Amino acid sequence: MDSSFLFGQFLGGLTAAMFLFLIASGLSLIFGILRILNFAHGSFYMIGAYLAWQLVHILGPASGSFWFAAFASALAVALLGALIERFLLSRLYGREELYQLLFTYAVVLVLADAAKMIWGTQQLSVSRPPSLAGSTTLFGAVVPHYNLFIMLLGPVLALSIWLVLHRTSVGRMVRAAARDREMLGALGGNVGRIYTTAFAAGSFLAGLAGALVTPIKTVVPGMDVEIIVEAFIVIVIGGLGSLWGTFIGALIYGQFLSFGILIFPRFSIFAVFALMAIILIIRPWGLFGKPLSR
Amino acid sequence: MLEVRGLRRTFSGFVAIADVTFSVERRQIAAVIGPNGAGKSTLFNLITGHIRPDTGHVRFDDSDITGAPPSAICRMGMGRSFQHANIFPKLTVFENVQAAFIAHRRTGTNFWLKSRSIFADETRVLLRSLGLLGQADTISGTLSYGNQKQLELGLALAADPKMLLLDEPTAGMSSSETKATIELLQQIALERELTLLFTEHDMDVVFAIAQKIAVLHQGRLIAAGTPAEVRSNPEVRRVYLGEQHP
Amino acid sequence: MTHPLIRRVPWTLLAFAAALCIPLLASRFYTSLATDILILALFATSLNLLLGTTGLVSFGHAAYFAAGAYTCAILMKNHGMPFTAGFAAAGVVAGLMALVFGFFCVRLTKIYFAMLTLAFAQIVWAICFKWNDVTGGEQGLANVPYPDLGWMASIPGLGGMRVGEHYFYLTLVLVGICLLILRRISESPFGRILTTIRENPERAEFIGIHVRRYELAAFVVAGVFAGLAGALFGIFNRGVFPDFGYWSKSAEVLIMVILGGMAQFWGPLVGAFTLTALNQQITSYTEFWPMVLGLILIILLYAFPAGILGTLVNVLGGRGRRTDA
Repeated sequence: MDSSFLFGQFLGGLTAAMFLFLIASGLSLIFGILRILNFAHGSFYMIGAYLAWQLVHILGPASGSFWFAAFASALAVALLGALIERFLLSRLYGREELYQLLFTYAVVLVLADAAKMIWGTQQLSVSRPPSLAGSTTLFGAVVPHYNLFIMLLGPVLALSIWLVLHRTSVGRMVRAAARDREMLGALGGNVGRIYTTAFAAGSFLAGLAGALVTPIKTVVPGMDVEIIVEAFIVIVIGGLGSLWGTFIGALIYGQFLSFGILIFPRFSIFAVFALMAIILIIRPWGLFGKPLSR
Repeated sequence: MLEVRGLRRTFSGFVAIADVTFSVERRQIAAVIGPNGAGKSTLFNLITGHIRPDTGHVRFDDSDITGAPPSAICRMGMGRSFQHANIFPKLTVFENVQAAFIAHRRTGTNFWLKSRSIFADETRVLLRSLGLLGQADTISGTLSYGNQKQLELGLALAADPKMLLLDEPTAGMSSSETKATIELLQQIALERELTLLFTEHDMDVVFAIAQKIAVLHQGRLIAAGTPAEVRSNPEVRRVYLGEQHP
Repeated sequence: MTHPLIRRVPWTLLAFAAALCIPLLASRFYTSLATDILILALFATSLNLLLGTTGLVSFGHAAYFAAGAYTCAILMKNHGMPFTAGFAAAGVVAGLMALVFGFFCVRLTKIYFAMLTLAFAQIVWAICFKWNDVTGGEQGLANVPYPDLGWMASIPGLGGMRVGEHYFYLTLVLVGICLLILRRISESPFGRILTTIRENPERAEFIGIHVRRYELAAFVVAGVFAGLAGALFGIFNRGVFPDFGYWSKSAEVLIMVILGGMAQFWGPLVGAFTLTALNQQITSYTEFWPMVLGLILIILLYAFPAGILGTLVNVLGGRGRRTDA
C-alpha cells in the first residue's frame, strides 16, 4: 500500500465528503430552521439527478449543457420543495412532529415511484462536462479535474452559506427564526416565507448535489434511500443544525467511507450504523451542536 | 424543614444564584419575592432537583437532598406546583389525580389490576376538597385556567407531601380567583400540617399570608425575615421603589 | 357519549367468533391473509404501547420483530427444538435486546431517541445481513418448519384441515392471548403512569415517577411482544430474511398504527387489517404500491389524523375517549 494509493483514497474521501456536505447542509438547514428531519431530502437529490440526466439527454453534448442542466435541475427541485412546503407541509406545523416526519416519508414513497414511472429502473449515467473532462496526477494519484472542482466547491459553498447567514439581513432573520419562531412572528417577520425559502434553499442544495453527482455515480432507483442514511450520519456526527459541524462531519465520514472499506470490508455497513449509534449514545449533539438540556 | 445553604448556580458565565442561604421552619408559610429575573424559578429548580447547584447544599426534613433527582425528592415529601398549569392535558380530571395517587402509593409497577377503580375514593375526596368533583370526567385540558391550577395543586397534594413549593400560584388569576386560591391554600396548609414556600408577584397576597419572606435580587438574598422586617428594610425599598404591583 | 347500544355489544367477542369461522368459510388464500393480519396486528399493537400510550416514537421497532423471528427459526430449524421453546425464546431474546438498546435510547428525547432506535435497528439488520453462519446472511433462512400441529386434528371440527389452517388457529389463539395481556397492561396502573409520561413527562417526574425506568419497561414489554409476533411470522412466511429488520418494516408498522388510530387499543389491529388488505388488492393491479401507500398516508395525515378507528370513535362518541381508561 504505497503513499500515492493512500493519497488517492484520501482525495476520493474528500470528493465524497463534499457531495455529502452539499446534501447534508441542506438537510441541516431545514432542520435548523423548521425543526423537521426531512426524509424526502434524499428524494430531492435523486430527482435532481434524474432531471439533470434528462436535460443533458435533450440538449445533447453542446458545451455548457451540463452546467445548464445542473443549475436548471437544482432550481426545479427547489421549486418542487417550495410548493410542497407551502401547500402541504405548512398545514402540519401545529401538529405533532411525528405527523410531519411521516409526511416527508410519504413524499419519499411518492417521489420514488414517480421516478420509476418516468425513467424506469435502468441505470443512467452522464458524462463529465467537456470543460472538466481531463485529469491531473498529484503525488502519483490520478485526480479527475471534475473531482477537484467538487472538492473546491464544498468549502466555497460552506463559506457562501456562512456569509449569507451572518452578513445579510435575510440571513439574520433566518437565524432568528431558528432560535425562536414565535418571537419572530411577533416582531413582524414573515415566518411562513422564511420557512418556505429555507426549505426551497435546502432542496436546491439537494437537487444540485444530485445533478452534480451524475458524472461520478450512476442514477438508479434506491439512490434516495442510500444518500439520506448517509446524510443523517453526517449531521449526527457534526451536530444537528450546525453548518460547520455538517462540514466537519462530512469530512470525517467521507474519509471513514474511503478507508473503512479497506480496513473493515465485511463490516462496513455495520460499522456505519454502529458509528451513528455510538455518537448518539456518547455525545448526541455531535461535535458542534448544542448540548441537550436534560 | 427546609434549609438552603450557600447555593450557587451559573449558566455559561451568567450568575443566576449567588450564595443564597435561608431556611423555612416546619408548618411555616414562607414566600420568596423579587423582581423579574431575580432568580426565583432557578432557586426553586435547584431545590426540587431539576438543576444541580454548582456549590452549596439543600437540606430537607433533616436529609441532604443536594443533587438528588426530582422524582426522589418528590418521594421524600416535597410537592411542587408549577407556574403554568402543569397537568396531563388529555387525561380527565379524575385520571390526573388518580395517576398521582398511583405514583405516590407505588402501585405503578402493577401490570395487572384494572385501573378504573383504583384509589377512586381517595381521588374523589381530594377532588371534593378542591371543588373539582363535579368536573371529574372532564378532559383536563379543557378546564378553565383557574381550575387547571387547582388541579395542579391536587396533583401535588395527592402525594401527601410535608412541604409544598408553589411557583406563582395566583399568576394569571382574577382577584376573586386569587382570593379563593389563597383561602384554599391556607385551609389545606392547616388541615395537612404543611409547610409552604411560594413565590409571588402579587404583594398583597404575600403580605397577607406569609409568615416569613425572603427577598431575592439578581441572584442574591438581600433580606429575610418577618413581613414587618422586610417591609421596613431600606435595601428592599430601594430595589422595589417604582416597581408597580401587577 | 357513545351510544349506549354500541357500548354494550361485545365487539371483541364477536370479532373472535367471526375469526374462528374463517378457515371454514374462506379459501386457503384468505386464511393465509388472515394469519398475516393477526401477526401484524400483534406487532403493531406492541408498537402502540410505546407510541400511543407512552408517547415514544420508535423508528426501529422491526429490530425486535426480526430478533424474535430469527431466534425461533434458528432454534426450530437448526436445533430441532419444539415450537414452544422457540416461541418463548423469541420473546426472551427480543426482550433482552430491547433492554440493552432501550437503556441507551431512553436517555435521549424526541428526535434523538427516534434516530438512535433507527440506528440500532439498522445494526440488527446489518448483522442479519452479514452473519452468514448464524443468520444465513443475505439469503436468510428458508424452509422454517411448521410446529407439530398433529394434535389439532383431534379437536372437533378441525379434523380435515391442512396445516396452514391449523396454524391459523394456533396464531389466532396465541395472538389473542397476547393482545389481551397487552390490553390488561395498558389499562393497569402501570399503563396509567405511561399515559402521564406521554402527556407531560416533567410533571410525571414531579409526582414521583422515575420516567426513564418506566419508559425502559415499556420499551422492553413492546420488544417482547414484537419478538413473539416475529416468531409467528417467520414460521408463517416459511422463512426469515434480513429485511424483517429493515427500517422500511419499521415504517410500515408505524403507518399501520397511525392508520388504525393510536389513541385506541384496537386501532393498530384495524390498521394492520386495512393496510394488508389494501396492499393485497392494489399490488394485484399495479407495481406502484409505494406511491399508493404514500398518497394514502398523506390523505390520512390531513383528513383523518386520528386514524380509522379514532375517527369512527370521534364521530360516534363525540369525545374520542381512549379505551385505556
